[in-house]
Amino acid sequence: MSYLLNPQVIIDQIINGLTIGGIYALIALGYTLVYGILFMINFAHGEIFMFGSFGGFAALTYFVNSGFSDTHPGLSIVAAFLAAMVVSAILGALLERIAYRPLRNAPRLAPLISAIGASIFLQNVMMLIIKARMQVYPDIIQEEFLEFGWFSISYFQLFIISGSVLLMVGLYLFIQKTKTGKAMRAVAEDRDAASLMGIDVNRIILITFVIGSALAAAAGVMVGIYYTQIDHMMGFIPGIKAFTAAVLGGIGNVPGAMLGGYFLGLAEAFGVLFMPAEYKDVIAFGLLVLVLIFRPSGILGEVVSERA
Amino acid sequence: MMNTKKIYLPIVVLFLLLLPPMVGNYWTQVLGNIGIYVMLGIGLNVVVGFAGLLDLGYVAFYAIGAYGYALLASPHFGIHIPFWVMLPGCVALAAGGGALLGIPVLRMRGDYLAIVTLGFGEIIRILLNNLDPLTNGPRGLLRIDAPAMGNFVVNSPFRWYYLIFAGIIFSAFVADRLNNSRIGRAWIAMREDQDAAAVMGINILKYKLLAFTIGASFAGIGGAIFAARQGSIFPENFSLMVSINVLCLIIIGGMGSIPGVILGAVILIGLPEILRGVHQYRMLAFGGLLVAMMIFRPTGFIPSARRKMELRE
Repeated sequence: MSYLLNPQVIIDQIINGLTIGGIYALIALGYTLVYGILFMINFAHGEIFMFGSFGGFAALTYFVNSGFSDTHPGLSIVAAFLAAMVVSAILGALLERIAYRPLRNAPRLAPLISAIGASIFLQNVMMLIIKARMQVYPDIIQEEFLEFGWFSISYFQLFIISGSVLLMVGLYLFIQKTKTGKAMRAVAEDRDAASLMGIDVNRIILITFVIGSALAAAAGVMVGIYYTQIDHMMGFIPGIKAFTAAVLGGIGNVPGAMLGGYFLGLAEAFGVLFMPAEYKDVIAFGLLVLVLIFRPSGILGEVVSERA
Repeated sequence: MMNTKKIYLPIVVLFLLLLPPMVGNYWTQVLGNIGIYVMLGIGLNVVVGFAGLLDLGYVAFYAIGAYGYALLASPHFGIHIPFWVMLPGCVALAAGGGALLGIPVLRMRGDYLAIVTLGFGEIIRILLNNLDPLTNGPRGLLRIDAPAMGNFVVNSPFRWYYLIFAGIIFSAFVADRLNNSRIGRAWIAMREDQDAAAVMGINILKYKLLAFTIGASFAGIGGAIFAARQGSIFPENFSLMVSINVLCLIIIGGMGSIPGVILGAVILIGLPEILRGVHQYRMLAFGGLLVAMMIFRPTGFIPSARRKMELRE
């Protein structure tokens, strides 16, 4: 276990953990935003993330084929992110409108089942589109490493870490500073009272889905760039892990989801030093079970009245 | 209500007993598949339908039953305990698993419970995949013994059909008796309002644990039968999709009702067989059906009488 004391290994794992943690955090925000307002687990969120990844994939492929990416590599990546976010945002809005809104006052099991159904539906839509074949993300920028003496960081990692932080700061400012953000907080606090204050609750819920979906889409493109291979089942495991992250931080709590994402990312990065890589997924589930047993409100969560 | 049930039940049972010779080997096999899901559905129905605890990791108990039997009745360890001895053993193992999961999650409600049970199911599957010396990992366990009584070996689709049929009758009987017992009423009270039930003197922790344990036992039977019938089992047989399928079939059929479970299993497991020609669209249709079902008929096709009354109020 001497390698554990090696600062290079530790710094490498911190970088890995922050990279993947940022991705988890972005997806987790979608869960937490929706849960904060509707008290429902958006089970299809992983599929929204997957569609975002494919949206970015389609855009990047188009840019590569048209030669646009050779002249403007940076611009095409930004455009791919925007395309992905638009695809997912529309999908998120449709999902809310079709599968969740009719069930808003139904028993709690109903929206969950509906979400599972939507998730299976979306997976199969994508499977039919890509004919169940794994797709390879076009590499526009060569992966290079920045060397800092005894550790190095790849451009991709730097990009993902800074990109996810940027998006999260943007979200935080949006929620805290804008009028719509204020309305979102009001609806999360008390939907009926917010409605009495003249807030269009349906519109706010739709916006919440749009924002959460767009963030998941960004994470989807990041995963595509980082891991290069994507398929129609890619949403499942990150979806569950991001949910874990949201619960770790205290579901419904926005900074909590960010913290939970990074915590889970780092826990996995360091976990693989202690146990075989096959058990990596057990870390997330194990953590989830432990947190729910000992501190169900999460690290930052306020103790919400137990909702059945 | 009671009278129509008395008339129809023997007719249905008789029809099902005569069904295999009429439909032939292949369809009898399909009916067997449906039957195993009916058994799982009856078990999960106890947890979700009666007690109102959303369990998304039900496959874990099914896996425990199946691996429990496969490990002790196959050449893997060279142990060959007879099926009929192992059956109660598998029930006990699965019930133990249910208690193991039940104790830590007793204080959880709703969505949290759903996610923890989902995590538990995945942990069990990952362990089966990676605990090579015990479970042989992804290569699975092969050449599992078939049940035998003297020289009579249960090895044809027809024989399996009747064995599974007996299992269903037994499970349905137990579930029905539970539903109309003091325990069943306590579960329903707990499902409707946990706090009110607690005030009425129902020991919530005890009844939750009981629901998990009893629900898991059914999966233990199902698992043992599955392993013995397949002859070989692999960790992939116990994916999250199984839990979701079982949950969906009780919802589509009608939660809390046993005829509903049977109808749900026929729709969910049988329909894909009929739709084999268009099978690439069947999961698509299935997902869409779940959403539509929740919106247009959330009680399922055959809701339980009690639920129907509840919704009318």
